[in-house]
Amino acid sequence: MPCSPWCGALVVGLALVVPAKAADWRQFRGTATTSVADDAPLLTSWSESENIAWKADLPGRGLSSPIVVRDNVVVTCSSGYHQDRLHVLCFNAANGTLRWERQFWATGRTISHPKTCVASSSPASDGQRIFALYSSNDLACLDLNGELQWYRGLTVDFPNASNSLGMASSPVFAGNTLVVQVENDSQQSLAVGINPLTGESRWTMQRPSRANWTSPAVMPGSNPDDDVVLLQSSAGISAINPLTGAELWKYTDGAATIPSSAVQGRTLYAVSHGITALHFPAGSANVEQLWRAERLNPATASPVAYGERLYLLNGAGVLVCADLKDGAVTWQLRLEGPFTSSPVVAKDHLYAFNEAGIGQVVKLGDERGEVVGRGELNDLILATPAIANGALYVRSDKTLWKIAAK
Amino acid sequence: MLFRVLMTCGVMCGAIVAQAATPAELVQTIKSVGNEGAGHSAAVRAVKELSQSDAAALPEILKAFENASPLQSNWLRGAFEAIADRARKENKLSAAMLEGFARDTARNPSARRMAYEWLLTLDAGASDRLIPGMLRDPSPEFRRDAVDGRRREADWLREKGFNKEAIAAYRQALSGAVDDDQVKAIVKPLRELGETVDLQQHFGFLATWRLIGPFDNTDGKGFDTVYPPEREVNFAAKYAGKSAEVAWIEHRTDNDYGIVDLAKALEPFKGAVTYAATEYHSASDQVVDIRLGTPNAWKLWVNGQLLFGRDEYHRNMQIDQYRVRAPLKQGQNEILLKVCQNEQSEDWAQRWQYQVRICDAAGAAIPPATAKTSSKSQGPNSQLE
Repeated sequence: MPCSPWCGALVVGLALVVPAKAADWRQFRGTATTSVADDAPLLTSWSESENIAWKADLPGRGLSSPIVVRDNVVVTCSSGYHQDRLHVLCFNAANGTLRWERQFWATGRTISHPKTCVASSSPASDGQRIFALYSSNDLACLDLNGELQWYRGLTVDFPNASNSLGMASSPVFAGNTLVVQVENDSQQSLAVGINPLTGESRWTMQRPSRANWTSPAVMPGSNPDDDVVLLQSSAGISAINPLTGAELWKYTDGAATIPSSAVQGRTLYAVSHGITALHFPAGSANVEQLWRAERLNPATASPVAYGERLYLLNGAGVLVCADLKDGAVTWQLRLEGPFTSSPVVAKDHLYAFNEAGIGQVVKLGDERGEVVGRGELNDLILATPAIANGALYVRSDKTLWKIAAK
Repeated sequence: MLFRVLMTCGVMCGAIVAQAATPAELVQTIKSVGNEGAGHSAAVRAVKELSQSDAAALPEILKAFENASPLQSNWLRGAFEAIADRARKENKLSAAMLEGFARDTARNPSARRMAYEWLLTLDAGASDRLIPGMLRDPSPEFRRDAVDGRRREADWLREKGFNKEAIAAYRQALSGAVDDDQVKAIVKPLRELGETVDLQQHFGFLATWRLIGPFDNTDGKGFDTVYPPEREVNFAAKYAGKSAEVAWIEHRTDNDYGIVDLAKALEPFKGAVTYAATEYHSASDQVVDIRLGTPNAWKLWVNGQLLFGRDEYHRNMQIDQYRVRAPLKQGQNEILLKVCQNEQSEDWAQRWQYQVRICDAAGAAIPPATAKTSSKSQGPNSQLE
């Protein structure tokens, strides 16, 4: 199905989007989808009794990352025997008190692999609204006071859009549009651009009929009209205008369906044949392949581009550092794995949480990386953390922690 | 001059008051929401306005769940929770209203459960009053709580050595249990106490089938290929199959969960399609859940109508993996299932099997009125008598 002819019949966001504050972490891998927050350093050690500013109980299960919008920490969860109860919770970032909780009922399929759950996609925000997506393809929009703005059931719209192992792509907000990947093995494998004010579709795009758990990356423009969203699938990478759904360029040499590609500036470090660096100059419709490094193989965790280096965790739990210029490995460091969550970076330090809840802090140097800190949470950590205002927000199924000085 | 200003303000205020919609009107707007964002522009305004209402609007919203689609129900829930949250903080949330609604089994089951959960925020003891009588409640969550309570009582009785009473309590708990984890937790002690339990009957699994195959599914193309059984289900017919002539065979599964293992019933063919046919006698015209579990691609027809299909392989198999709402007519209904195996060679890609059960929306089995078999019936694309 080509991009809908409705691409042109839009209501552009009426300048109601709040510019991202440097401190916000508004979607999976941060507001700019880089996994980096360089505004403030973080602590390098913690335990259940030390350097935990607060912790809060969560219901049911959740693999979604927390997001931070102003002084709100928002988390999604799913509960019930059939995982068909969908929760959105909002906590006060300063003290961890629950501001509000809202629940909904899943309208789509809630079957998933036992390791994952229905609250697997991370929510997103435009600074005024929260967009909560679930594996059932339910999509709720609430304001920061917890009032429902609109609700979509994307499996109601597209009955075969589902995956018996569960779905996990997180939505992104860019170009005044919420972009949602609903990709799966059926013919109803789609990406949808949604008007954040009304929940109506701006465009719907046919995508490869193959299960896909990756999330989009964003190349921010000088203004939202110039934002580019990069959709990854088994077929490769599509760069689209999020407002119109128009495809700007396409890379068709395949890509991974679990770890999401890393972005820095106008270059995407695609998880394709190892890592393939793709440069997309502003104002050009041509993509240039800069290099390919087949020995760089991220496992489940998504890689991070930071400074002049690319960091990825391979299947053996080794943190590999490669040069962004050519993909050459500069150093490697064995960490305690296994890892499901993706690492995040702040002020030359990388934070990686393994499944046992051990957070390892790696000081990133040019010649080597060094573990300089460690913290244990004694819980299963599968979700990628969020960073905001000098604090690290980590969640398990049952608990949300703020790691910061009290 | 002052008089004119006051008159103007009065007219404006009157206009504003006249324009405010009632909760009933706002609810109607919200219930116009449809697929793919239909009705959203008006509903966004309506839910925003409705969410600002006071607690007096809550009964109207609860009533509105009747005949609301699952999508519309979430819109209503959003408004309900915003109002209820505010009302609770202002001590204006009525426990009596919530309990009255929760007790009324004629009301929407999900809305009743929502009302009950808000009631618990005011009166935690309400569960003791309401739950025990809910073993057969239309709400699966109420049933689940009631089953859990009765099962715990049975466990206690057994622990104390009152086996006869324990068996009776377990049987009562089982009568309401629709979820596999609860059924297992009850059946295990029952069997240990010497009782027999027919799980196929309990869940409503269809155990008796006729099978024909293999037809070709090389490169997965068989999913869309219309093989003869899709045109006519003739149990006396023979057809050219994937590599040899194929004919219908009778098959009955003894598996507790109704699993039909096609790799054993036929052979572990790869790149193959098998059709499975059965009949179900419905006591009345009704809409039921047909719940299917399979790791293979599949299509489902009822009385010749294709209801759903999924071209997905080896991504899991679970009880109730797929739920299809199916209209049944009073009397005999023909069910035809197409189950496709692909050519993956991994160990985890060798299962070729399925399970099918018929139940209500809460998951409770709907037993057939009577079982009938016939030697020939007309297939998916023809009119049935």
